[in-house]
Amino acid sequence: MYRILQILFVALCLLISAHVVGSRAADDLGVLVDQLGAAKLSDMDDRIAALAKTGDAKVIPVLEALGEGELYQRKSDGKVFLVKAGGADLQLVDPVTGADAGATPKAAMQKVKVNNAVRRAVRSALGGLTLFSEDTGARLKAAQSMLQTPNADALEAIETAIAAEKDGSVRKVLVEARAVTLLVSDRPDDQKRQAIALLAEGNGRNGLAVLTSALATADVSLKPDIEAAIARIEQTQAFWSAGQNVWYGLSLGSVLLLAAIGLAITFGVMGIINMAHGEMVMLGAYTTFLVQEVVRNSYPELFDWSLAIALPLAFLVTGAVGLAIERGVIRFLYGRPLETLLATWGISLILQQSVRSIFGPTNREVGNPSWMSGAFDLGGLTITWNRLWIIVFALAVFAALLFLLKRTSMGLKMRAVTQNRRMASSMGIRTPWVDALTFALGSGIAGMAGVALSQIDNVSPNLGQGYIIDSFMVVVFGGVGNLWGTLVGAFSLGILNKFLEPYAGAVLGKILVLVLIILFIQKKPRGLFALKGRAVEA
Amino acid sequence: MITSFLMRSFDRSILIAVAILVGLAMLVPALNLLTAPDHPLHVPTYLVSLFGKYLTYALLALALDLVWGFCGILSLGHAAFFALGGYAMGMYLMRQIGARGSYGNPLLPDFMVFLNWKELPWFWHGFDMFWFAALMVVLVPGLLAFVFGWFAFRSRVNGVYLSIITQAMTYALLLAFFRNDMGFGGNNGLTDFKDILGFNIQADGTRAALFAASALMLALCLILSSAIVRSKYGKVLVAVRDAESRTRFLGYRVEHIKLFAFTVSAMMAGIAGALYVPQVGIINPGEFEPGNSIEVVIWTAVGGRGTLIGPIVGAILVNGGKSIFTAAFPEFWLFALGGLFVLVTLFLPKGVVGTAGAYLARRRAQRKAQADQMPDNLAAEPMAAE
Repeated sequence: MYRILQILFVALCLLISAHVVGSRAADDLGVLVDQLGAAKLSDMDDRIAALAKTGDAKVIPVLEALGEGELYQRKSDGKVFLVKAGGADLQLVDPVTGADAGATPKAAMQKVKVNNAVRRAVRSALGGLTLFSEDTGARLKAAQSMLQTPNADALEAIETAIAAEKDGSVRKVLVEARAVTLLVSDRPDDQKRQAIALLAEGNGRNGLAVLTSALATADVSLKPDIEAAIARIEQTQAFWSAGQNVWYGLSLGSVLLLAAIGLAITFGVMGIINMAHGEMVMLGAYTTFLVQEVVRNSYPELFDWSLAIALPLAFLVTGAVGLAIERGVIRFLYGRPLETLLATWGISLILQQSVRSIFGPTNREVGNPSWMSGAFDLGGLTITWNRLWIIVFALAVFAALLFLLKRTSMGLKMRAVTQNRRMASSMGIRTPWVDALTFALGSGIAGMAGVALSQIDNVSPNLGQGYIIDSFMVVVFGGVGNLWGTLVGAFSLGILNKFLEPYAGAVLGKILVLVLIILFIQKKPRGLFALKGRAVEA
Repeated sequence: MITSFLMRSFDRSILIAVAILVGLAMLVPALNLLTAPDHPLHVPTYLVSLFGKYLTYALLALALDLVWGFCGILSLGHAAFFALGGYAMGMYLMRQIGARGSYGNPLLPDFMVFLNWKELPWFWHGFDMFWFAALMVVLVPGLLAFVFGWFAFRSRVNGVYLSIITQAMTYALLLAFFRNDMGFGGNNGLTDFKDILGFNIQADGTRAALFAASALMLALCLILSSAIVRSKYGKVLVAVRDAESRTRFLGYRVEHIKLFAFTVSAMMAGIAGALYVPQVGIINPGEFEPGNSIEVVIWTAVGGRGTLIGPIVGAILVNGGKSIFTAAFPEFWLFALGGLFVLVTLFLPKGVVGTAGAYLARRRAQRKAQADQMPDNLAAEPMAAE
């Protein structure tokens, strides 16, 4: 082990001065590689060390080939080549230049002998070498592997690498790897203390494991420090996990908001119980599916735009369906909310079965555009792009709706009709039209929600059913007739749900939320933000 | 005195319905058991079970009608009461299996052995006795309805809000019963029943007896509902439906009136569930589906809410239609059901029985009016003849 350490150390020193001797390196490398072929197994360690010493990136493929048993010596002149397997003849590659060196019959070549000791030497040499690789990704990977499996022998190599490292993110990992490695080394206690302090600072998932194992073996004087650091890390982690819960809660809340916001219009503003609301969401999702099918088959280059195309289309399709439902059925049932509930339930069954007959009962594939896939880290949080976009989208829809209701003439008419239908009618507002358009608007928004939900949920005929009860809960909890109530209701139910989940499990958490809502409605039958005044009894 | 109470309690249509049900309870088992299989009047056993199932549905619809038709509470949670009654009966039937299960454990039902449970959960105790299970069949749904209604009616949650939170209740129970650790068999529910009260549950005789029990229980509940509806309390119930605030201002405790109806209705739904389970041979969390509750509403609406005969007719009509439809054109059943919802609410708000009743009443009034005019004509005629 000590030898490897030495090798590494020398390799590092050499690397720093490598560009000085750069021109000579290629010749030396050829000689060194050829020596591998002549060496006995017992000498191999030294030869590998000598190779690693050069710190040249070209050594990496040679050592890798050696480990894999793909390094051959030519019997005639003792020259060593990399070999690509293939056919009866061996394809030779020059180890120094990387150029093709033609094919040779197997008989003319001899394999460079390898045993487990050699393979071990190759591996550690490679680990040290990749820390100094030209490729940032490879360096990061090497640093991360050092962090995850701390090895006291690699400490000096890491320290040298830190000195040479320019890339910030790799450096950060290296510093953490150094601290982790320091703890398992035999360095003096004050250095270790610094390392412990450093680990306690980070959000360290690795640090915690190392510190916990170090606690058992560490010196008595160090133990209080380690214990404090562990407590600190656990605290940080608790903080971040709470943060993660809030994030998941916001994400769930945005989904609830999207599903409920159309309902907040039809149920909250107009007082219509639309049980077919979930099916509007489902139709929106199927519109997305159809748009993506067309885009995939005809204009594949537009795929990233498919959601943007689907959005207005879904709004129009579901808005039109909503208009038809209002004109065909619901307008005959105003003032009979329970009958409306039944009729719209019937409509939802018909819509579900239609979609099932047309598209089949199985899930349909809706793809994520490139800007919606993947994730990034924020502190200790992992944030996926699609969830982030859905939150943004939900808030945007909410803002747009609020603007429409409060700042446009259409919104003014809608509010007038819901507040006092007869008075609005006497002022010349065509109340039946306003009703129809309001219902179409609510349905259209449900359709747009469907576009967003198609990104995170299975697109099947049953898509809507999963949302209908939740949406009603949100609207009732938030307070009927109040958009802000829906917003607050959606996010508080989402976050509550996610905070209950770790303690109670997903299903029980959901049950608890339902029970809490039922109890809450007993306390405040009109929801969180209740309308006051005459509208309440109307 | 009892006779006079009975006479006061129902009109002719209820009497006829009860008579028909009692007649069926005797006739159908007789035709099933006493006739040879190739006899033209023979009723095959599967039909006996099928119609027995319809009768339990009819009882469920009747229970819903008591609260919806007469008190204006549209409960979307009656499937939950039905399923709870069913589970109570299912637990009794599970305990009857004893050591005959696939794992041969004399005490624990198969699914508990499978989950590696060592002893019976506390709430399974006592279900080996029929009287206890029968008590639970009415007590558990009744208690749930009482507690739920107590809170809901006291805080004046009504109309659509009540519908939505009853639906939330059903949904919460659905999720809960799907969990394996609840101790109710999780996803698979309770099944593989062997016998009931010592009789083989698959035997023709038991099936016929269950049918008769369903018919008689339906008749009994019909009499009970009719007595409730036609009593003084029933008048107040209808008053609550039509003008809740006014009834309250007149000094009635509206929440107590509603609570009584809701609890009785839930108990009836529980009994329906308990009769349903041995006839279909399984109970699983699917019975809690919010959709089921809404389907019960449509049976009642088709038959005619606010008439006691209506829901029975509606449940049998719709479910008969469902059996025929799903066999002949499985794809179209949901279209038909959805269409039924829409058409009935738009064009037949009183339901089949209500509309027919209104038609008959009009005919009778016309005839009466004609009859009233008759003497005049008769009196006039001789004069004209002269």
